[in-house]
Amino acid sequence: MLGWELPPHNSGGLGVACYQLCKALAKKGADIDFVLPYRADHGISFMRITAAHPQSVADVQRAGIAYDSARYTFTDGSAKNLDIFDQQALYEQGVADIARTRPQAYDVVHAHDWLTFRAGLRAREVLGCPLVVHVHSIERDRAGGNSGNPMVREIEGLTFLLADRIVAVSEHTKQLIAQDYDIPLNKISVVHNSIEPNGLDPLDPDNAYRYLAALKAQGYRVVVNVGRLTIQKGLPNLLHAARDVVARAPKTMFLLVGSGEQYFELIQLAADLGLSRNVIFTSFQRGKRWRDAYAIGDLFVMPSISEPFGLTALEAVGYGTPVLVSKQSGVAEVLRNALTVNFWDTRELANKITAVMQNDALRNELHAGVYQEFQKLTWDDSADKLMATFRRHACAASGAAV
Amino acid sequence: MSKAIVLYLHVHQPFRVRHYTIFDVGVDHQYFNDDTPDALTNNQFIIQKVARKSYLPTNQRLLQLLQRHPEFHLSLSITGTVLEQLELWAPDVLESFQALTRTGRVEIVGETYHHSLAFFYSRKEFEAQVDMHRRKVRQLFDQTPRVFRNTELAYNNDLAYWADKAGYKAVLAEGWDKMLGWRSPNFVYQPTYTDNIRLLLKNYKLSDDIAFRFGDKAWSEWPLTADKFAHWLNDTHDADIFNLFMDYETFGEHQWDHTGIFEFLEHLPERWLAGTGNRFLTVSQAADAHPPADRVDAPHTVTWADTERDLSAWLGNSMQTSAIQALYDMERDVLGTGDLALIEDWRRLQTSDHFYYMCTKWFNDGDIHAYFSPYQNPYDAFIAFMNAWHDVRFRLMQKGVQA
Repeated sequence: MLGWELPPHNSGGLGVACYQLCKALAKKGADIDFVLPYRADHGISFMRITAAHPQSVADVQRAGIAYDSARYTFTDGSAKNLDIFDQQALYEQGVADIARTRPQAYDVVHAHDWLTFRAGLRAREVLGCPLVVHVHSIERDRAGGNSGNPMVREIEGLTFLLADRIVAVSEHTKQLIAQDYDIPLNKISVVHNSIEPNGLDPLDPDNAYRYLAALKAQGYRVVVNVGRLTIQKGLPNLLHAARDVVARAPKTMFLLVGSGEQYFELIQLAADLGLSRNVIFTSFQRGKRWRDAYAIGDLFVMPSISEPFGLTALEAVGYGTPVLVSKQSGVAEVLRNALTVNFWDTRELANKITAVMQNDALRNELHAGVYQEFQKLTWDDSADKLMATFRRHACAASGAAV
Repeated sequence: MSKAIVLYLHVHQPFRVRHYTIFDVGVDHQYFNDDTPDALTNNQFIIQKVARKSYLPTNQRLLQLLQRHPEFHLSLSITGTVLEQLELWAPDVLESFQALTRTGRVEIVGETYHHSLAFFYSRKEFEAQVDMHRRKVRQLFDQTPRVFRNTELAYNNDLAYWADKAGYKAVLAEGWDKMLGWRSPNFVYQPTYTDNIRLLLKNYKLSDDIAFRFGDKAWSEWPLTADKFAHWLNDTHDADIFNLFMDYETFGEHQWDHTGIFEFLEHLPERWLAGTGNRFLTVSQAADAHPPADRVDAPHTVTWADTERDLSAWLGNSMQTSAIQALYDMERDVLGTGDLALIEDWRRLQTSDHFYYMCTKWFNDGDIHAYFSPYQNPYDAFIAFMNAWHDVRFRLMQKGVQA
């Protein structure tokens, strides 16, 4: 199993999804070697975790994302910072070395997202066993509906052609892969992400957002978003809608939890729209402050331009908050008791947010309904589907060593 | 023909807001108490650093100059926020300022206690702060300001009219070409629509030669010596006064010791006074010494900042305008509580520096802004400020004010 991150060193949903999926697969009898680009302590016992390269998480994160230019520091004439593509090459090399030392050990190579795809192809070459690629997002998602970085697209396109099987986390993603890379639909399976309803850490009685709690006592209502502040997430549309909401329901606060390259832009936009008093930016949070953000909300809004799945919406439901998600999200395929809008339709977004802000009965009904769905969710079904895929493609007929 | 240098130095430090997050709102009501060692929002650390680099060495030299040259005069403005910090953390600096004023040749200029832009948002609050400052100056320096400067030298006809009615002898402003037209800043003027008051205009070229360009080795006039500077002034024939207005912190803080700025200060009086008829005057002496050469009209607000010389460094983007508007919208509620601690926190948030830190004019001017900002970027400044604002609102809610 090739992945780029695992909790607690994850930057977003990818690490959580990999963790939960592996846990469920292990329960079904899969024997997993998970290869990460860094060395760290994870406290995980249901699989083996190997570092492709003996470096720290910070070293990987310093390389940035596919939109950063490479940063060089010539302190003594030889030092050079690695960019994300260098990191990817380093990972590929590490994975190839591991594969060479254990040539007979594996039945399937399973690779998560583009950063591990080249390593996946190399591992297949060395091991001679099939490659299943798992797509949590493609470049068009991350580029907010634009074509994105051509170097990333090249890797994705080539891998989708060469892979033995493609697994997408939603129908939405499956369609995008087919459209964007001319891949036949029957080469792509959908295995939805999920959540373990009892896996969420419990809330304390006192919420970290004491100020918002005090405002709520005065009749205020809170809209919350948790996620990276990046073009994919469609947050400028949320702010434009927020202006219309505040015009009608002035006692509405917007809580944006996360950081990203749009941070400054969004702060400026909120001020431009006259929303400085209504929008609160907390930057990235973990633990209690992260949980409490979901809990303090009266509505969780995920206005993503293209969201392969959208785990945050399920987390919000788990912490007691109903959700409004864009129709361009995978999670919209899973939930029935959720409000949905097209991401570009800011008027409808404002309409639905305002309705929930002005009507506690609607908020409560929405949550009661969606919480019932939430409680039935499990990673077991996803693991079953994936195991079946592995068996169909594995070298050995009974193989489940990944 | 007699010519005078009118040296006026502005002393100010704000109470900077610490890294104040949404998780502090409603929990911890202290915004100005960063005690992280070496942090740029640690007000005690900053004032003690500036005391060492600028206030103490400069005051020591100024006192020597006053003792050595009975003809040497100068004017100072010192904000209430810096006076409070000196009382708290650098009482020796406060004493050194008092030693200067005891010579009787150092005039203190009036302004708002909190170095605020209240004039443009609430006349009532503005007058309250001017009054606070007057009382503080009387208490510490035993004199009553007779000349007024508004925060950042923000000046227009309305301010002149107000200062005239309030009985000031003169008001200070930037000698900006757009306001002066063909006229020279080297004379005393009278603002339009006023009866008695005089207008003293900063000679920004000469002032900035010292305040901004002094240590710049790429400047064609570098190095600037007291001899050369005195020669320039002696060579300027059509002039009564040379208004050298600048931040006090020019000496030792904006221009560091190694640039030779202290030597320049030490030698300027002697070199200047060597010329026949050359004098030093305080601002009110200058206003008395010459009849107005003309009237000056200022329909638009002029300040001493940036190439625009307007308020755009403080109120140029929507973060700045929305933050300051949010603050003044609270005026009635805050004052209505009668809670002195709350009122004082609200007033400290009015200090113009907070809005300056939110400035997004990066190019040219931005360099200067970045130098003066304790925050990583204007957005962090805005967030810390708005969180403090939210906490003031929380405190109002606790007192029964509807949010």
